[in-house]
Amino acid sequence: MPDQLLFGMEVALNGLMAGVLYALVALGFVLIYKASGIFNYAQGVMALFAALTLVGIMEGQVPFAHLINAIFGTKIHHLGTPIPEMLDPDVTIAYFNTEGAGWISWLLGGIGNFFIWPINNFDIVLALIFTVFVMIALAWAVQRFIFRHLVNQEPIILFMATIGLAYLLEGVGELMWGAEVKTLNVGLPRGIAEGVESVTEGWFGYGFFLSRLDIVAAVIAAVLVTALTLFSQYSKQGRALRAVADDHQAALSVGISLNFIWILVWSIAGFVALVAGVVWGASSGVQFSLSLIALKALPVLMLGGFTSIPGAIVGGLIIGVGEKLFDFLMNPIIGGATENWFAYVLALIFLIFRPQGLFGEKIIERV
Amino acid sequence: MKDTYEPYVTEDGRQIGGVLMEMKNITLRFGGVVAIKDISFDIREGEIRAIIGPNGAGKSSMLNVISGFYHPQEGEVWFKGEKRKPMKPYQVAQQGVARTFQNIALFEGMSVLDNVMTGRLTHMKSNLLQQVMWWGGAEKEETANRERVEKIIDFLEIQHIRKTPVGRLPYGLKKRVELARALAAEPMLLLLDEPMAGMNVEEKEDMSRFILDVNDEFGTTIALIEHDMGVVMDLSDRVVVMDYGKKIGDGTPDEVRSNQDVIDAYLGVSHD
Ligand SMILES: Nc1ncnc2c1ncn2[C@@H]1O[C@H](COP(=O)(O)OP(=O)(O)O)[C@@H](O)[C@H]1O
Ligand SMILES: [Mg+2]
Repeated sequence: MPDQLLFGMEVALNGLMAGVLYALVALGFVLIYKASGIFNYAQGVMALFAALTLVGIMEGQVPFAHLINAIFGTKIHHLGTPIPEMLDPDVTIAYFNTEGAGWISWLLGGIGNFFIWPINNFDIVLALIFTVFVMIALAWAVQRFIFRHLVNQEPIILFMATIGLAYLLEGVGELMWGAEVKTLNVGLPRGIAEGVESVTEGWFGYGFFLSRLDIVAAVIAAVLVTALTLFSQYSKQGRALRAVADDHQAALSVGISLNFIWILVWSIAGFVALVAGVVWGASSGVQFSLSLIALKALPVLMLGGFTSIPGAIVGGLIIGVGEKLFDFLMNPIIGGATENWFAYVLALIFLIFRPQGLFGEKIIERV
Repeated sequence: MKDTYEPYVTEDGRQIGGVLMEMKNITLRFGGVVAIKDISFDIREGEIRAIIGPNGAGKSSMLNVISGFYHPQEGEVWFKGEKRKPMKPYQVAQQGVARTFQNIALFEGMSVLDNVMTGRLTHMKSNLLQQVMWWGGAEKEETANRERVEKIIDFLEIQHIRKTPVGRLPYGLKKRVELARALAAEPMLLLLDEPMAGMNVEEKEDMSRFILDVNDEFGTTIALIEHDMGVVMDLSDRVVVMDYGKKIGDGTPDEVRSNQDVIDAYLGVSHD
């Protein structure tokens, strides 16, 4: 195979991995938008907040330490035992080590490690569960103190409320956990996936460079999306969620509490934000720029449609691959950081020809 | 008959019991508009109770009060012998009151089967974990729900459109699907807001037959709103007549038909 094509394939694969993350963030938007018609500008900040909370809990930080110290003149900052140290490190079971082996054992090793990880990292799992509860509490508070008072308001008002929420949450996050940049180490693998490199080396005579973290992120996202799909198709709450997304009045008449569903959907969006925040934070640190991943989701939504879950996924992948490939092909010619604008231009062109998005129903104006 | 409240058996052999729902001195206002003025009436177990009256009389408002969509400024709602607290619509539904809407409220993006299945939500008890693990009777529950839904789909003769997205159905069939969804809840009280509006003669006859069969076979108490006097007289055991938010008549179809106020109201206004 010509080298250029192989490079291109490698770039596209890398793009696919990045796209998975875009899809994940877009998914959070779609869930809330479908169920309540709210375009949640705060989705990115929720990812930041979740990651901050996770790091804070893992490090045994005392929430609101600055505030408490300022009021009471104390000097507290951390609890005695950071959670990762609470557990005996001896419980660690060895990971499957399959580096450099053929692709079947590499795949089996990957699957094995996926299931062993929670056992080895029980402490982190605990911290994650804790964080999930914080996100559920946040969902409840958002519904109780903001959107419950804004039922039947114009979409633009709801949107403005989410902008307010974004900045509020950013402030609260900073107040709770401090403003410094944090590293998030949840034990996700780092570096180049040597398994992939050696396997592709064997196939094409050229080893692909893929980041291990990206591969794990893609697997996590795939599992999450599958779980969400099963949940919405087959569970009682999922059915109720789809009903609310379709028609509020009808949903009420079959005994569904809108309030409950909205808390549920904000909780799920919070969970999706947590996953996105963990993956993103693990690769580039937990800092306030993390909230900007929301901006990456916008073109994905324009492409995939605001109400379509498959649209968010496919849109995310297209943008991820498209932006990497475009940069690969065009950068030598036009130069500059095309990744900054490519997604938006692609989405714009798409909007002009298919305003309802990839999977949206065609909008026919009735006159 | 209507004053005694002894259980009785109708001419066609249906059992009518005690009072299931009672509205006491209900007044409902929207700003300056008084949609319902101090109205009282009751619905007895097993009967088909009609609410009729010209457009804008306040019939839908009354149904909305019963189902918890509107909250009256004055008056009390009694259900199964107990005074009801102000309730949200979903709470009323969970108590066993199902309804259809004048302007049809279906889940347009879902199939007929899925729509009817949502009617079973109040009967789904298994929690998420049980459903995932398929334990604690979750499987039995799912099977029971499916059976019930299939039975209703057969009953209302909509098998041929089970998998069709509701958004693609013609109006008459949508009304029938909405009835199916309400029935799936196995309600104690079924509220129908103009179930025959906008239908052709044949569809109206079908719908009348379904309403009678539901009442007869499932013993469901039904309160229905209808515009068309003729249809109502054939269907119902007792009729409430409303005009401009007031109750102007209440009784058997024959009693109501000979009521001078009712005759005036119906002759005095053009009914479409
Ligand atoms: N949600 C509402 N807001 C304001 N006015 C309403 C509302 N619902 C009903 N009304 C008013 O109450 C009156 C009765 O309406 P309705 O109950 O729909 O009558 P009907 O069903 O008998 O035709 C009308 O004047 C109508 O405009
Ligand atoms: Mg009406």
